[in-house]
Amino acid sequence: MQCECFLLNTKRQKTPFDTHDSQLTTHNSQLTTHNSQLMTHEQLMALLPFMVLATASIVIILLIAFRQGHTIIQITGFLMMCLVIFTMWYVRDVLPQTIVPLLIVDGYGALFTGLIVFCVLVVGLFSYIYFEEREENPREYYILIFLSTLGAAILTISRHFISFFIGLELLSVSLYALIAYLRTRNNAIEAGVKYLLLAALTSAFLLFGMAMIYMDTGSMDFSVIAQKLDASSPLFLAGFSLMMIAVGFKLALVPFHLWAADVYQGAPPPVASFIATVSKIGVFAVLLRFAQELHLQDNHSVMTIISAIAILSMITGNILALRQQNIKRLLAYSSISHFGYLLVAFLPGNNRGVEAAVFYLIAYAVTILIAFGVMILLSAKDKDAEPLSVYRGLFWEKPFVAVVLAVALLSLAGIPLTAGFIGKFYVLTAGVSQQAWLPVIVLVVTSVIGLYYYLRIISTLFSDVAVVIQKEKSLHPFFYAASYAALVVLVLMLLGFGVMPAVIIPTIKQFLLIGNG
Amino acid sequence: MILVWMIIILLVAGILSWLISKESPMAAMWIALCAVLADLAIVLNIWLQYGKEIATNKWMIEFQSQWIPSFGISFHVAIDGLSLVLLLLTFFLGTLAVLCSWKEISNRAGFYYFNLLWTLAGISGVFVALDLFLFYFFWEVMLVPMYLLILIWGDKNRRYAAYKFFIFTQAGGLLMLLSILALYFTHGAQSGRYSYDYFSLINTHLEPAAAKWIMVGFMIAFVIKLPMVPFHSWLPDAHSEAPTAGSLILAGLLLKTGAYGIIRFVLPFFPQAAADVANWAMLLGVIGIIYGAMMAFAQTDIKRLIAYTSVSHMGFVLTGIFAFREIAMQGVVMQIVTHGISTGALFVLAGMIKERLHTRDILQMGGLWTSMPAMGGVAMLFTMASLGLPALGNFVAEFLILLGTFQANVWITVLASTGLVFSALYSLRMMQKVFLGPATNDNKLSDITAREFIILAVLSVAIILLGLYPQTVMDLVKF
Repeated sequence: MQCECFLLNTKRQKTPFDTHDSQLTTHNSQLTTHNSQLMTHEQLMALLPFMVLATASIVIILLIAFRQGHTIIQITGFLMMCLVIFTMWYVRDVLPQTIVPLLIVDGYGALFTGLIVFCVLVVGLFSYIYFEEREENPREYYILIFLSTLGAAILTISRHFISFFIGLELLSVSLYALIAYLRTRNNAIEAGVKYLLLAALTSAFLLFGMAMIYMDTGSMDFSVIAQKLDASSPLFLAGFSLMMIAVGFKLALVPFHLWAADVYQGAPPPVASFIATVSKIGVFAVLLRFAQELHLQDNHSVMTIISAIAILSMITGNILALRQQNIKRLLAYSSISHFGYLLVAFLPGNNRGVEAAVFYLIAYAVTILIAFGVMILLSAKDKDAEPLSVYRGLFWEKPFVAVVLAVALLSLAGIPLTAGFIGKFYVLTAGVSQQAWLPVIVLVVTSVIGLYYYLRIISTLFSDVAVVIQKEKSLHPFFYAASYAALVVLVLMLLGFGVMPAVIIPTIKQFLLIGNG
Repeated sequence: MILVWMIIILLVAGILSWLISKESPMAAMWIALCAVLADLAIVLNIWLQYGKEIATNKWMIEFQSQWIPSFGISFHVAIDGLSLVLLLLTFFLGTLAVLCSWKEISNRAGFYYFNLLWTLAGISGVFVALDLFLFYFFWEVMLVPMYLLILIWGDKNRRYAAYKFFIFTQAGGLLMLLSILALYFTHGAQSGRYSYDYFSLINTHLEPAAAKWIMVGFMIAFVIKLPMVPFHSWLPDAHSEAPTAGSLILAGLLLKTGAYGIIRFVLPFFPQAAADVANWAMLLGVIGIIYGAMMAFAQTDIKRLIAYTSVSHMGFVLTGIFAFREIAMQGVVMQIVTHGISTGALFVLAGMIKERLHTRDILQMGGLWTSMPAMGGVAMLFTMASLGLPALGNFVAEFLILLGTFQANVWITVLASTGLVFSALYSLRMMQKVFLGPATNDNKLSDITAREFIILAVLSVAIILLGLYPQTVMDLVKF
């Protein structure tokens, strides 16, 4: 039995991946005195952003111990996240690095981690005005959020079942508490317990699936599995299906989607937006990496399963959202269908498909952040801005907020001028290039169905009856201004990517080439 | 570059109008009016400058620049005779739309003009786009401001009408997107160059089966807009619930984008497949003519009545296009222009009546000629235009279409001609019920004001000129 501790590599396995970075490690071994037994300087550098992310939680713990207030914690957290992004930029030259056998920091991981940290920045910013006046002391909230982010980040750089599992659990366990954070509210504990039970159950399935694949191929390392894989072996297929249960749960795909609406409704809006963006991005990143390594897209039975899940998700998500009057539940169901669309980009497995998926995720994340941000700004002290009646005639009262929400909804619907359209177009291009006609036609038909409920919200925004919004004394003008500024930046990004996607597409391509080209 | 400026003027003026309306609503209206007049001047200038060379130089102005190179998408716009005629119609009706809204829209006028100008920008973009992705882009950009126009400033049933309009058009649009993608990939696989450009894609060699399916995608989008029976059901609701300027733009311009799409894209890209479906398309066109006419005859809501006349008239367009004769095609272009003017005028009149009587129900109208003789006279003129009286534009159009279709298919022409009889039926019924007969209304109604007089006078002169000198239009559009 080989000890797979990553610090003491008594025996390095030769994997095809190593041929690329074996040159780096031979170069490194000339620099270090030890014979590539410990981590090299470059590997530590590559892990620097993640270490900073981990220390963020520790710093917050210390701040709480020293009885600092919410504001200090918020600002420190924000600065630490900015520091993470800075360190990622700083270490860009040493990428890609493989930290055998668990982690690989390449352009792909950097891209997804960057997206995750960006989402956490925005969520953290919005959290301030939401939690400041609520009943719970929000300080531990930041610890949990950063730990969860660390989990998601580990998922994006994982290349081994162990790191996959560690990242997933880190992400989930923090979320259990985060969802039920405002525990005196209605639905909060119910949502938390639901998520806890289902996440724990699906983790068990994940482990079982991983064990079966380990039994089949003799390794947990993605690249070794790829080598030893016999695609038609029933053990592998069964193992993969069990793993998909956990992945499908986290991504809220059909038929593992039943938790989504209740959890989105019961959780505080910042946490809901975190679940909708960060947790899904992390899990999708590892799924994509797993599929790319194992060339799963050439495996017919696997692709059939995934197409079926995609089609069902698109149909179910859109149909369930049609009658919703609660905007949180509506966004949950719409997320289900959006990940169905995303899986259509995942099907081809070529470069175009991966770029399409990344772009779609970026557009989707920005849109969800805007939608939840508006909800947070409109939430009163004791109740969230959940029912649609809160938004009636919003355009006449608060035109800026209403327009921002309308643009976000148009992006979700896939109307040109928004990034959501370019994303959908990109996904359709990927699908049509592989002639995957059934998923593509279902995508088009369900998009039209989905249009109905987005239009319903937009027409509510513009309807005549103006709702009287109590003018709450804005106690924290700086943070309100900061939140509005964040919304402006997000909307400009959405419109900018929609009209000039050429700005960002080459950047995506470049990132994806680092370590893979 | 001038074409890009044309669109940018509208977009910027819309934003300015919205921003400035807080301080001064009047300024918003004037900005909108100036923007549309400026664009009208630009297009007239293009006509005067390049109009003579049209026989030799098909594309008068062309502009292309990179947009999303990784996809092969460029910002490619160009104007030829057909586009020029439609752009003239766009800005002509656009000016009238702004003038119509002067008194009618008091609530949030700035945002209204923003939506109006952005719809016009989308429409003019559709008429000049030569890159298929750009065409689709503008096609959708037309949609959202129009949806908002109906939703916010429309009549009682506006939410339903707005939904229907949006969902129908979007469904067609998405199917067209699939067809565009299929064409893109087929062309790329054949030539190795992936591009959405019109001139590249037109040379794609398609298998007959593939051509048929791809054509269906395009056709669905265009016939929903046209509209063709049975995809027409969005039209009566949208036209009747929209505000006057909205109806004017819907009937006058949005429907024409469907016809333009067929002429510009379907016929050149899929000549064989189009010829294969020609008889069916002509039959559906004729069904549209007769069905639209019969439905119009049965209406009690004046705007819905005029909406169904649009269905009927656009049936002529569909039949004429698929006759594949030059003379029918010239008739089609004439029909596009004159229908825009005559139906637009009828909607303007309906709007004026609604403003005064606060109802669209013709059963509550009657004998309006006594109190509003001038309006009655103009209404008589446009009713006669709608039913195809010679010396007015529509007659020329319908006659040429029937002449062309007769060479293609005799029985279709016979059925279509009965449409002329039906159009007389519904037009005269409308005239009778609204303006003639015993007065049901004792209120003192004001006749047309000076602003309304300008609008109607311009429209009247236009329809008479087109009826007497149609060659000017036909010269521009050589097929």
